[in-house]
Amino acid sequence: MSTMEGQSASKYAEPNYLSATRGLKSWLLTLDHKRIGLLYLISTTVAFVIGGIFALLIRLELLQPGGQFMTSDQYNQVFTLHGAVMIFLFIIPATPAILGNFFLPMQIGAKDVAFPRLNLASWYVYMFGALFALYSMHTGAADTGWTFYTPYSTETTTSVISMTLGVLILGFSSIFTGLNFIVTVHKLRAPGMTWFKTPLFVWAIYATAIIQVLATPVLAITLVLLMLERAFGIGIFDPKMGGDPVLFQHFFWFYSHPAVYIMILPAMGIISEVIPVFAHRRIFGYKAIAYSSLAIAFISFLVWGHHMFVSGQSELAAAMFSLLTFLVAIPSGIKVFNWTATMYKGSLTFEPPMLYALSFLFLFAIGGLTGVFLGVLAVDVHVHDTYFVVAHFHYVMVGGSVMGFLAGLHYWWPKMFGRMYSLFWATVALVVIFIGFNLTFFPQFILGVRGMPRRYFDYLPKYEDLNVLSSLGGFLLLIGFGMVIVYLVLSLARGRAAGANPWGAATLEWSVGSPPPPNNFEQTPEVRHGPYDFDVVKPKRTYP
Amino acid sequence: MDTTGNLILPPSGSTYAPQVDALLTFLTYMSLFFIVVIFGAIIYFVIRYRRRGAEPEYHRAPAHNTALEIVWTIIPLILVLFLFVWGFRVYMRMNVVPKDALEIQVTAQKWFWSFTYPDGATSVNELVVPVGRPIKLLLSSRDVIHSFYVPDFRIKRDTLPNRYGITWFEATQVGEHDLFCAEYCGSKHSAMIGKVRVVSDREYREWLETSATAGEGLPPEEFGERLYTSRGCINCHSLDGTPGNGPSMLGVFGSRVQLTDGTSVIADENYVRESILEPQAKIVAGYQPIMPTYQTILRDEEVNALIAYLKTLSEQTTTGE
Ligand code: HEC
Ligand SMILES: [Cu+2]
Repeated sequence: MSTMEGQSASKYAEPNYLSATRGLKSWLLTLDHKRIGLLYLISTTVAFVIGGIFALLIRLELLQPGGQFMTSDQYNQVFTLHGAVMIFLFIIPATPAILGNFFLPMQIGAKDVAFPRLNLASWYVYMFGALFALYSMHTGAADTGWTFYTPYSTETTTSVISMTLGVLILGFSSIFTGLNFIVTVHKLRAPGMTWFKTPLFVWAIYATAIIQVLATPVLAITLVLLMLERAFGIGIFDPKMGGDPVLFQHFFWFYSHPAVYIMILPAMGIISEVIPVFAHRRIFGYKAIAYSSLAIAFISFLVWGHHMFVSGQSELAAAMFSLLTFLVAIPSGIKVFNWTATMYKGSLTFEPPMLYALSFLFLFAIGGLTGVFLGVLAVDVHVHDTYFVVAHFHYVMVGGSVMGFLAGLHYWWPKMFGRMYSLFWATVALVVIFIGFNLTFFPQFILGVRGMPRRYFDYLPKYEDLNVLSSLGGFLLLIGFGMVIVYLVLSLARGRAAGANPWGAATLEWSVGSPPPPNNFEQTPEVRHGPYDFDVVKPKRTYP
Repeated sequence: MDTTGNLILPPSGSTYAPQVDALLTFLTYMSLFFIVVIFGAIIYFVIRYRRRGAEPEYHRAPAHNTALEIVWTIIPLILVLFLFVWGFRVYMRMNVVPKDALEIQVTAQKWFWSFTYPDGATSVNELVVPVGRPIKLLLSSRDVIHSFYVPDFRIKRDTLPNRYGITWFEATQVGEHDLFCAEYCGSKHSAMIGKVRVVSDREYREWLETSATAGEGLPPEEFGERLYTSRGCINCHSLDGTPGNGPSMLGVFGSRVQLTDGTSVIADENYVRESILEPQAKIVAGYQPIMPTYQTILRDEEVNALIAYLKTLSEQTTTGE
């Protein structure tokens, strides 16, 4: 800690986007993509904390069979809120709207996104949607699960409309962001930045944006139909009014399966940046990774039926969806192999972003492989709607998306704020999170295979031991994530200056000071080398 | 093969369960294989290629390798195609009902299961089936979507309100198995559980006979008390005065009941009968019209027995006062 002395403010780039203008108004009306990224950082972190509290309540309730301190109705509301908040308010926006907003323009050498006002609007729309969704807590939060299956969601007395309206509005925020990124990538790349000199994070965010723009409207339509049915009795899904409940599932998953890739693709982009930088060598299989992002985006539209293998769709449909589901596993597998090969003949260092990336690889591999279990028709019949599925998607969404997001946050934090967090505490927290995560979710695979259904307020005594383990893991996760928030916030006040390029990376955002100047680049950069040509550029680390 | 099976899998009770288990076991070992290969490589690289000096060196390393990339695309592709075919074949076996199957109707409603057997016998929350005979299930729901799930049989099928689901199983041993509702259906979703009792053929026939004459020889109050739990009344109507999804039945009989339309009625035999068979006819003030109809589930003697039982609940309160 004594090394802190002698670090003077002059080490920070001036003027930078943080200090250029002051006052609340300069933030709330900012058109700077970097500041909007920070607005998202604050709001999604709040959402993460709220969603985390709900998760904790779930794990406390499941610590023992029987009711502990909630009624079953409250429990049903809590798991609905946990899912809806984590998915719609945190994971979907987190990486694109925070890190994508901040770094996509910088990585392609642009001053800003194509439509800065739309960008700011997307944040306000997000806040508005979030308020609606959370307001429903006050009026009797929805108890439908984040999937809003009909006819339950048409019948229940809780405020489904408030929640779905919130989700609908959030969808528009997501569409705005996606649209903005697509145009930005097409129009604003710096001279010399050909498609194949574009960083893989940009490719990933671009593929994500395509899904956001094409799939989210379907969710919007579905939710509008649901609201019409609830509010005006227009029968679309409820058989009592002549509708078909399975139609809802088709509509819902037509969005929500691609949405899974909205959540994971950006994280894959981050891993593609972090691993070469900390291996100090060019990425292995650049084109394979780039194309596999697009392949995932495309195939992800064709697999929604794998959520409905036991709902009574025809065997032929089930077979097609199963086959396509396997095909979408291939590009993900290819990425994992490429990342692994990128370490071959590197010069590896193990700062926190790299440790997060390695954890991502491990957890995502388990999440992906258990996804193959679910694609196998006969096996899915047994484990569908059990804790096996819960474990699988937490390995993908927390082990994949959130660990990827944290890898990115730790990677770019010194660029965003000019200061370095405590590498020691970051490593400790990572170890706690890694152990806590596996302790929480691995037992759930076994619970699921043994037949414990999901969304159960109470369970048979034979499932108790594994539930206790899972709850213990949950508390460890709480400690781990709590530590991350603490040391990151502390770093803002006490962190050492990181310099322009602390990790020795070769993409454009590291070529300017930290924190970056308001307009990113003094003059439009000219791109002469690829994003991972370390052996050509030989970048020097500015930290420690 | 069975080492993981015994540790993790639930007991296998149907003819196709071992086939599902074989797939599960294969998948588990396949996953372990990939994890070991990938993480073996990663750990090796981490040790072998860690930075040696103070500063990292920038080596020229291969940017890609077409042969290798084709290999690691083709091998997983073959593997998943193989898994697809295998999984599909077992799935078809689980879906195509054998011709000579015994047909049982399964009706799901909030929050219990009722079963109707070929000769008209019924049971609630307990499915009784003969061992070694294919059983065809014709599933439907009276309200929201539920899902019929017996882990030991590896069977699951959604029950829909607007169309039948069809599936089958054949139990291999005499014994009891848990039955769960696997599709979220509200308040008592996790209490919507029952049993599948697999019995010998002779026992099954005996059971059918006694269930047709069940309650005979029992005093009606006692029979009613049994029905009150076995037919799921207890899920919504407590016995101690605390309101749940429906009003508590303590002291209801003979009392004056306030209805949603502003009128009130005395809860006599006819009112209770109507409440059970046509629950939507009169709705108690302060409650939702969610009570399912028992029209086809309860026989006349059973309704009578329930009424007799409800009477005893009112006697207790008056004597208690
Ligand atoms: C899914 C929950 C549910 C189940 C199961 C259920 N009921 Fe009900 N029941 C209700 C609700 C809610 C009401 C009040 C609204 C109404 O009048 O329909 C009610 C009302 C009644 C009433 C009128 C009570 C009063 O205070 O006037 C009677 C009697 C009754 N039920 C008997 C039964 C019996 C007997 C069974 C079992 C065979 C049963 N119920 C099963 C939910 C249920
Ligand atoms: Cu149910």
